[in-house]
Amino acid sequence: MVENQNTVCFRTMHLPPERRYRLEEYRALGGYQQWERILRNRIDPGDVIEELKLSALRGRGGAGFPTGLKWSFMPRQAPGQKYIVCNSDEGEPGTCKDRDILRYNPHQLIEGMAIAGYCIGATAGYNYIRGEFYEPIARFEAALEEAYGAGLIGKNVFDSGVDFDLYTHLGAGAYICGEETALLESIEGKKGQPRYKPPFPAQAGLFGRPTTINNTESLASVPVILEKGGQWFLDQGRPNNGGPKLFSVTGHVAKPGNFEVPLGTPFKDLLELAGGMQDGRALKAVIPGGSSVPVVPGERMMSVDMDYDSITKAGSMLGSGAVIVIAEGTCMVKVLANLAHFYAHESCGQCTPCREGTGWLARVLERIRAGQGQAKDLELLDSVAGRIGGRTICALGDAAAMPVQSFLKHYRHEFEHLIEHGKSMNLA
Amino acid sequence: MSFRTAPLTVARDADKSSLFTDDIRAAIDREIAKYPPEWKQSAVMPTLTLVQDANGGSLTRELMDAVAAYLDMPAMSVYEVASFYGMYDLEPVGRHKVCVCNSISCMLNGSEELIDHVRERYGVAPGETSEDGRFTLKEFECLGACKDAPAVLIDKVYHECLTPAALDKLIDVLD
Repeated sequence: MVENQNTVCFRTMHLPPERRYRLEEYRALGGYQQWERILRNRIDPGDVIEELKLSALRGRGGAGFPTGLKWSFMPRQAPGQKYIVCNSDEGEPGTCKDRDILRYNPHQLIEGMAIAGYCIGATAGYNYIRGEFYEPIARFEAALEEAYGAGLIGKNVFDSGVDFDLYTHLGAGAYICGEETALLESIEGKKGQPRYKPPFPAQAGLFGRPTTINNTESLASVPVILEKGGQWFLDQGRPNNGGPKLFSVTGHVAKPGNFEVPLGTPFKDLLELAGGMQDGRALKAVIPGGSSVPVVPGERMMSVDMDYDSITKAGSMLGSGAVIVIAEGTCMVKVLANLAHFYAHESCGQCTPCREGTGWLARVLERIRAGQGQAKDLELLDSVAGRIGGRTICALGDAAAMPVQSFLKHYRHEFEHLIEHGKSMNLA
Repeated sequence: MSFRTAPLTVARDADKSSLFTDDIRAAIDREIAKYPPEWKQSAVMPTLTLVQDANGGSLTRELMDAVAAYLDMPAMSVYEVASFYGMYDLEPVGRHKVCVCNSISCMLNGSEELIDHVRERYGVAPGETSEDGRFTLKEFECLGACKDAPAVLIDKVYHECLTPAALDKLIDVLD
């Protein structure tokens, strides 16, 4: 069985649900002590960043970029305002972990954002939370009020002369705003359409000022890394894959849930934590990192470990840590048509290959699913997907193309069968 | 650069005290205060949400124009935002919004059955409103409640692990 669960972002989960999110409980666990230590001792931001680099914390939103390195790109000495922005626009299908950080450990996120602000030279921050998260938003805002009331953020915190103001900005139903530059556009009161890079946000971000954007889980990990040390965090996982990570295990499992386990935990152990397969069904396939990443056949997945590098070797990506489990008997054409519909709906419309291509993919897949596919459709899908990937400003285009290519690679016979016979081979 | 680093402010001489109610203006002003003074337009999303909620769940051209006037924005910029984000409704809606998540984890656990059930029992397809005006059915992309699939957002509350019978109980008590 998996040991060392719930050691970082979920360290409040052993408490009764109605107490997990309260300030006094968080302080009893050592909360806000790292923030206080840094301010009282005037710890050099460079030292904090070195500790994060040692920890090998990689961005938990999906890209896996080293957090310490990202912070080091900020021109912290440059005059003028700089910003720390938290990406709580959780919307990658399969992912539901940041919602529980906001609901059950909001103070740790606030402490992480304050420390991040100090390290990058920002005295203001925004937490962008998706608008549908009414309960998590209320929890986070209540925690923010508690933190202000206790003098933990605001002006001249701990008489250090350091200011840190934190605000929420709510989304309104657009997956694309999880892309960091689209998120910045959204805070600026515009349509969420990604920006062309360069300039990178560290040079010109929110309101044209240097900005760092991190995922909720990444920021909420920071206080514990500083308390226990970068080496401790690294040792929780594997080299280059530090720490535990939250995995949202969903789909055809008996007990779906969020599990904070060390990176490198074997997939089969994670599956066991989630109660095994639903109704004793056999495992068919796994999408191991959110809907955007390539699908992996179940048999292969049973020998894969859950860390960035191992999943890459298996031909997919760890992404946001959303593990979507699919049982035998599921029609893979139906699953892919659902994914394609999602990306067509969520394409922001800015780049032609994505705007037009995602619509083509969705319509062709819907036609195949409805039993009206044509023999040339699979070639068409390959061709359209191949013409989106790598030709768009942001990664949504690749995210739409990769599932198509991987489903056709592993389950082409199901598509062929449906086109030829007009019905799924998975119907009993 | 591919993006503007200054807002598209337009000067207005409208009497802003005639726009919206005192409470809504106060709430909008609290949102404006979160952003740098020259970035009033950053408050457009929360403002649209406030105005939509006060108008029974949808926006009108007149309301969007009022938002533009209040925030010193070009009207077109407000229309762009209101039509881009899925939580704004530009057509009248029922008294309640029933939003069924139909993304992958919910689909694998029966969300299509929920949508089909509402279509059959209440005669309402996604995007439509029940004849009695009680609710509008919306098919939502991932609600981020994948471990509690299938999930349905009714107004501002998540309901999780639903069966068609459980969804009926929730719909039947809507006024």
